[in-house]
Amino acid sequence: MYSQGLIGADDKPVEDDAFIAAFQARIDAEEKIEPNDPMPEAYRKTLVRQIGQHAHSEIVGMLPEGNWITRAPTLRRKLALLAKVQDEGGHGLYLYSAAETLGVSREQMTEELLSGKAKYSSIFNYPTPTWADIGAIGWLVDGAAIMNQVPLCRCSFGPYARAMVRVCREESFHQRQGYELMMALAEGSDKQREMAQDALNRWWWPSLMMFGPHDSDSTNSDQSMQWKIKRFTNDELRQKFVDATVVQAEKIGLTIPDPDLKWNPEKNDGEGGYDFGPIDWDEFWRVVKGGGPMNRDRIAARKKAWDEGAWVREAANAFAEKQAQRADAATVAAE
Amino acid sequence: MSIETTPLWEVFIRSRNGLNHKHVGSLHAADSNLAVQSARDVYTRREEGNSIWVVRSDQIIASDPDRSGENFEPAADKIYRHPSFYDIPDDVGHM
Repeated sequence: MYSQGLIGADDKPVEDDAFIAAFQARIDAEEKIEPNDPMPEAYRKTLVRQIGQHAHSEIVGMLPEGNWITRAPTLRRKLALLAKVQDEGGHGLYLYSAAETLGVSREQMTEELLSGKAKYSSIFNYPTPTWADIGAIGWLVDGAAIMNQVPLCRCSFGPYARAMVRVCREESFHQRQGYELMMALAEGSDKQREMAQDALNRWWWPSLMMFGPHDSDSTNSDQSMQWKIKRFTNDELRQKFVDATVVQAEKIGLTIPDPDLKWNPEKNDGEGGYDFGPIDWDEFWRVVKGGGPMNRDRIAARKKAWDEGAWVREAANAFAEKQAQRADAATVAAE
Repeated sequence: MSIETTPLWEVFIRSRNGLNHKHVGSLHAADSNLAVQSARDVYTRREEGNSIWVVRSDQIIASDPDRSGENFEPAADKIYRHPSFYDIPDDVGHM
């Protein structure tokens, strides 16, 4: 509702100390910032970048799972997977809408995704060679996403927070269907159990990487925390995820592929938590920078979808224009 | 790549009869029919409502956030508009 008014607006607020202090005071008072409110340019840019990346991740995230829709083993699984992939598309749209309130267009964001300028979550650059990968994605990848997204429901920027409320409500079904799928495989034949364990082995570390670099190496973290875009640091969220997930793996008899994983009663201010082994950050950066197994395929698939959908967009616009002209002609005739 | 843009629409959903239509978000669509269809797909996958309104975003006239003060603050000092402003003995009963 706000973006069309904002695009091209050039009356940027002057960012003197008083302006920054007044903005921070609103944030500290837990006031939500709405699109037409004055805000520091850096706040706007950070959100455009973050919400854009988040939206792209939802859209690209449809691809690894879409790979298995035609080969789902039962109708029940197929219905669930179809509904889940459709949800991801919907989440992408909620998020693009939220970003658009900040004065970027959908087309601009799509172009940045296709040109490689905008990033998306590195997790979607891994392949899905087996059916168990669908379970692992729902359980681990959506599980990690939920850890990230629940605090985003309280993000200081209103439209992003409201989009997240909708997303989180829907995301819980995603994780449960994934875990149930893994449970079915884990309780199945030896081969099925092996398949489940193999998927966990491949997805575990990339899932931990989803939370981003360690706090000590994260460049944007401090400012985002101060602006209450983020409520927890990367490492805090990663720890929550590990603590929640280890128990879930144990329940279905699967083993987390980390020899260093150990209960540490001192952790989390004495409540206890798991120590875990070092993350391979070289792999993380390689994948972020385009060197993952599926980076090229993912962008190629998005580009193909965009290009092959061009005629539909053109036809819809042409039809709308024709209808508008007819309506005008009818009005003139009536007068 | 086509860069032709489609207009933005605001979506309002009535969750059930007897309630107001409430703003739920926005979307792009070439015309009103497509906007209603997209709104159904994007915003009502889980029984969120039984009626959809769409309005072109550029048709909405909004109040100026810079003038929120003069627009809305004057209401704050008119506490005599609220029932709790008036002292009535408890034994009069509910009023």
